[in-house]
Amino acid sequence: MNETRTASTAGDAAWLIRRAPPRRLGRAEATGVFMRRTFLGVKNNPFGFIIDCLASPVLMLLIFTYLFGGAIAGSTSEYIQFLLPGAMVLIIAPMTVYSGTTLCQDITKGVHNRFRTMSVWPPASVLGPILTDSLRYAAASIVTIGIGLLLGFRPEGGAWGVLLALAYAVFFGFSISWVFAVMGIVVKKPETVSGTSMVMIYPLLFASSIFVDSATMPAWLGRIVDYNPISMAASALRGLMHGTAAPADLAWGIGTGVLLIAVFAPLTFYFFRKHNTR
Amino acid sequence: MSIAIEANRLRKSYGNREVVRGIDLSIRKGELFALLGPNGAGKTTVVEMLSTLILPDGGTARIGGHDVVKEAAVVRSKISLTGQFAALDEGMSGFENLAMFAKLYGYSWKDARQLADELLPAFGLEEAKHRLVGQYSGGMKRRLDIAASVLAQPEVIFLDEPTTGLDPQSRIQIWDVVRSLLKQGTTVLLTTQYLEEADRLADRIAVLDGGRIIAEGTPRELKAAVGGKTLSIRLKDTVELEPYIRLLASEHGLHMRRDEDDPLMIRVPSPDEQLASLAVQTLMNHNCPVAEFALAEPSLDEVFLSLTDARNKEAAV
Repeated sequence: MNETRTASTAGDAAWLIRRAPPRRLGRAEATGVFMRRTFLGVKNNPFGFIIDCLASPVLMLLIFTYLFGGAIAGSTSEYIQFLLPGAMVLIIAPMTVYSGTTLCQDITKGVHNRFRTMSVWPPASVLGPILTDSLRYAAASIVTIGIGLLLGFRPEGGAWGVLLALAYAVFFGFSISWVFAVMGIVVKKPETVSGTSMVMIYPLLFASSIFVDSATMPAWLGRIVDYNPISMAASALRGLMHGTAAPADLAWGIGTGVLLIAVFAPLTFYFFRKHNTR
Repeated sequence: MSIAIEANRLRKSYGNREVVRGIDLSIRKGELFALLGPNGAGKTTVVEMLSTLILPDGGTARIGGHDVVKEAAVVRSKISLTGQFAALDEGMSGFENLAMFAKLYGYSWKDARQLADELLPAFGLEEAKHRLVGQYSGGMKRRLDIAASVLAQPEVIFLDEPTTGLDPQSRIQIWDVVRSLLKQGTTVLLTTQYLEEADRLADRIAVLDGGRIIAEGTPRELKAAVGGKTLSIRLKDTVELEPYIRLLASEHGLHMRRDEDDPLMIRVPSPDEQLASLAVQTLMNHNCPVAEFALAEPSLDEVFLSLTDARNKEAAV
């Protein structure tokens, strides 16, 4: 770019001097731009992020540890050992809904139409936000673990256990994101996404082994709870944190996430393409 | 290649509703072509088909010789669309928006930021540069939206009702922007509900109604077809009009009529300024209680009425 520049106004058209023709952006680079976009959105309006990544972990852990700890496990220090890995799911799962609401908002508000007329790799505008959302899950997980440590949580699996649990939590959040991404494209209003998802998520969260070991439940209920994907994720996290992961727990935990991605990611792109070529 | 936009019998239906019923267009490179029509005429649907957003049910369209269905990717690299709803990210600043779009169009981050720095003042947005777009006014959003369209250095820009809902000052700013696009040789397809806007900006106008083009031509041709301007006179009191109607008919051959909605208003279709001023003079000389008068282009309503009238007559013959 070495054209002469003058103080320009819309009238004198100085800004219209042709530059070197732009090249087409690579797929990874395009995805990166959309990741950055979601990141800037959070940076410019950090309120929701602070609630999700700071206030929610603090409140959830304090409430459940001190309210239920004594009754469920005999003592709060005993209970947090059990609760904390599952609490990561409890905090991340509701955050995954944003992947759907933001996508739905983009489509309804029109910014999406510009992306569609650009010659960038179309899936980038869907993949980018979901990847940035995963960074949010990482931040919330780190805060949750940090608060847990302050409250007396002691991971028996050591630093490696914690890192693996962190990685798994992000992976699990990433996999549920796709469920809501599909909803965000199919549904017409962002409020519908958030409303429906809360009805879906909270029963799954409470009817899981996050708070209570399924072995203490009536046999029939315990079996249902064990097959809840949230329970599978909680068990996998618990096993990783404490270094007691049974291969079966890990297989179920990872398998659930892989299955969700395998089903819902292609569906997302299918509906996305269909939407784009009405 | 001198034809920028070409459409042949383009059709689109939603369910049983035929929104676009066979449209032919041939728009030259560097031309500003206006699609003029009321809400629901099918303007946006035409633009959406031409800009690859929706697939036509029938007919073909080409942008710079490339088919909008079969070569959608090539077409996308040549066009920009500014829709009725600003295609911007409201959670980011004006600067961040432009830099992001420039990057997506393939510029390096360095060039993208520099372009954003240059474009914002050119579109009168220097002061709002770092404010979130969510806090922009309607006119500011529209200008930023067009700036984003310009980034791509497109050969063809689609402006879908760029001034609908804007205050007069913002409208004039948008017009300046559009004129400077033309200076660069960009082909512009503009849709509008306002005859005045089409008249001021367009080289040629197509009037769209019920999904069909009912008239096409230069602004001058269209207005001539409609029958020129209308002289509107407001009276101080209601008076018996019959003598004045006869007077204008005999003196100047003009046909005066009372406005149906307002007994104090009279309308005189008048081909030019000279005749109109003579008519006012004659009326006042004969003690007609004239309070104010104005000579104006036919309104869009009048254009439609007269065009659809003409068509109905043709159909009857």
